[in-house]
Amino acid sequence: MTQLVLFNVFNGLIIGAFYALMALGLSLILNLSGVINFAHGGFLAIGGYLAYTLIPYLGFWGALIASPILTAFIGILIERVLIRRLYGRDPLYSLLLTFGLAFMIEDGTRFIWGAQSLPFQIPSWLSRPLSYQYFFLTGYRVFMVLLVTAAVGGLFLILNYTRLGVRIRAGTLDLETVSVLGVNVRVLRNLNFGLGIYLAGLAGVLASGMLGLQPTVGDNLIMPSFIAIIVGGLGSLPGTLVGGILIGVVSGVTTVFLPSASEAVMYVMMAAVLIVRPRGLLGEEGRF
Amino acid sequence: MKFDKRAGDILVWAFLLSAPFWLPMIGSYVELGTRVVIYALAAMALNFLLGYTGVLSFGHAAYFGLGAYGTALTIKYVYPSTPLGMLVGIVLGTLAAAVIGPMIARLRGVYFAMCTIAFGQVFYFIAFQWFSLTGGDDGVSAWHRMPLDFGFTTLDILNDNKAFYYFVVAIFGICAAAMAFLLRSPFGRTLLAIRENERRARFLGIPVDWHIWMSWVVSCFFVSIAGTLFALMNDFVDPRALRWDQSGNFVIMAVLGGMRSFWGPLIGSAIFLVLQDYISSETENWMSFIGLFFVLVVLFFPRGVLGIIRRKATS
Repeated sequence: MTQLVLFNVFNGLIIGAFYALMALGLSLILNLSGVINFAHGGFLAIGGYLAYTLIPYLGFWGALIASPILTAFIGILIERVLIRRLYGRDPLYSLLLTFGLAFMIEDGTRFIWGAQSLPFQIPSWLSRPLSYQYFFLTGYRVFMVLLVTAAVGGLFLILNYTRLGVRIRAGTLDLETVSVLGVNVRVLRNLNFGLGIYLAGLAGVLASGMLGLQPTVGDNLIMPSFIAIIVGGLGSLPGTLVGGILIGVVSGVTTVFLPSASEAVMYVMMAAVLIVRPRGLLGEEGRF
Repeated sequence: MKFDKRAGDILVWAFLLSAPFWLPMIGSYVELGTRVVIYALAAMALNFLLGYTGVLSFGHAAYFGLGAYGTALTIKYVYPSTPLGMLVGIVLGTLAAAVIGPMIARLRGVYFAMCTIAFGQVFYFIAFQWFSLTGGDDGVSAWHRMPLDFGFTTLDILNDNKAFYYFVVAIFGICAAAMAFLLRSPFGRTLLAIRENERRARFLGIPVDWHIWMSWVVSCFFVSIAGTLFALMNDFVDPRALRWDQSGNFVIMAVLGGMRSFWGPLIGSAIFLVLQDYISSETENWMSFIGLFFVLVVLFFPRGVLGIIRRKATS
């Protein structure tokens, strides 16, 4: 029993790490630009499919590095051409636009790569179970947790110690002042969008290694990411991180006792947070 | 040219009431008209919240779907009666909205939108996973709407598609009149005040959160009516009726027609569904075109069709 719980806690941690990676990207974009990026799941799929295409040429490691960067470039391009026009208008419009983008990306990936699920090659030494004695755990899962940890660590290093990161954080608090101080807000938002999409692309490569690839791969991950942001608190990146891991672990543990409720428990948590603490666990008072 | 309001109303009703006669003539079919009216009701209900209260909901498909499931399950398992099924569907959708309302009525803007999306998905998952009741992904089938029995006469909405169309239009008319009445009442005027300046409304002593909750419940009440009609039209319901892309369809209809006008969502619904009908018969990649359509509407017609006409008329 303990073993089963432990296994599911670890599983939840992995899933939670995913949610967190997705949610951090969403949160970055939401905080600085006020845009809910509905197409985030689509970008995740693009990341996975690009990696699939690149693996024969670059190998797994090359694709792991190149694919998220390419995805981020696509994101930057889309921000520049489409999303930028909607800043400062009712959030309704950006929401509808990314909604349409999500449709187009899903259909586009289906058109290019086909609707059937594609196998995704990961290095064989990673897909081997680590131990047969305790519980079933492939090296890939451990590797994923390590990589997500590294990515999140990297993100917080960027945000705290680089000029871009400091500006992003400042812009989140008071965009007008940042603009008056001579920062080009358009470029800042553009790069910030790219950063968020990079995280989606990375999550895409990792998710494909575990779940396989199909055009709707992002669909199951986007709602939990929303919940992670709401539970963690809008406007707070550490909150988003905590929220993602929390709902992952809680839904993992719920799987042991009541498998059919593993999805529902996330929504229950969200409702509880909204009743008790509407701003979220680490959210600021009065931001929304 | 001054846009006369009463002339607009008469025009709308003339079109709606004569539709079954000219639709087949222009190569279309009556069911498309029925679908347009049902979606128009849903989009107008959403617009009660979106356009007149200024609150962005992206989760209305949930209450639409609850109405549909309530109707389908009642007719299939409890008692084969169309009015009873509709009643259960409407109560189910409205009750769910009333319970969720207080949790989100405090939130604004993007936060409100996000929470409505997330809460909307709860019901999608329930419909998807509660296989023994809802049939999961396969939906609720093997039932059909029943002819209406008024005692002195029966209206065969099952086999006569024109009769069903007029049944839907009658309910649409009642709902539209009720919404117009509500919007003209002090309650409706208060909602407009909240939309225009929430802070000032609060200073005037208006309980803003309560009004938003009420507006949300009213809106979901009407959307669940549309949901019941949707189930009756298809004689079938599946989880796609309450998925998030359905909510997006309602919003785009309201925006496309014109959020600030009463009949806007009806026009949006007609344009959207006719286009969808055409595109999905022409190409397999209709999703791309619908997506592109969303993008184009946002970029080039943010005020909607009626918004543009009205601006032309005033300038």
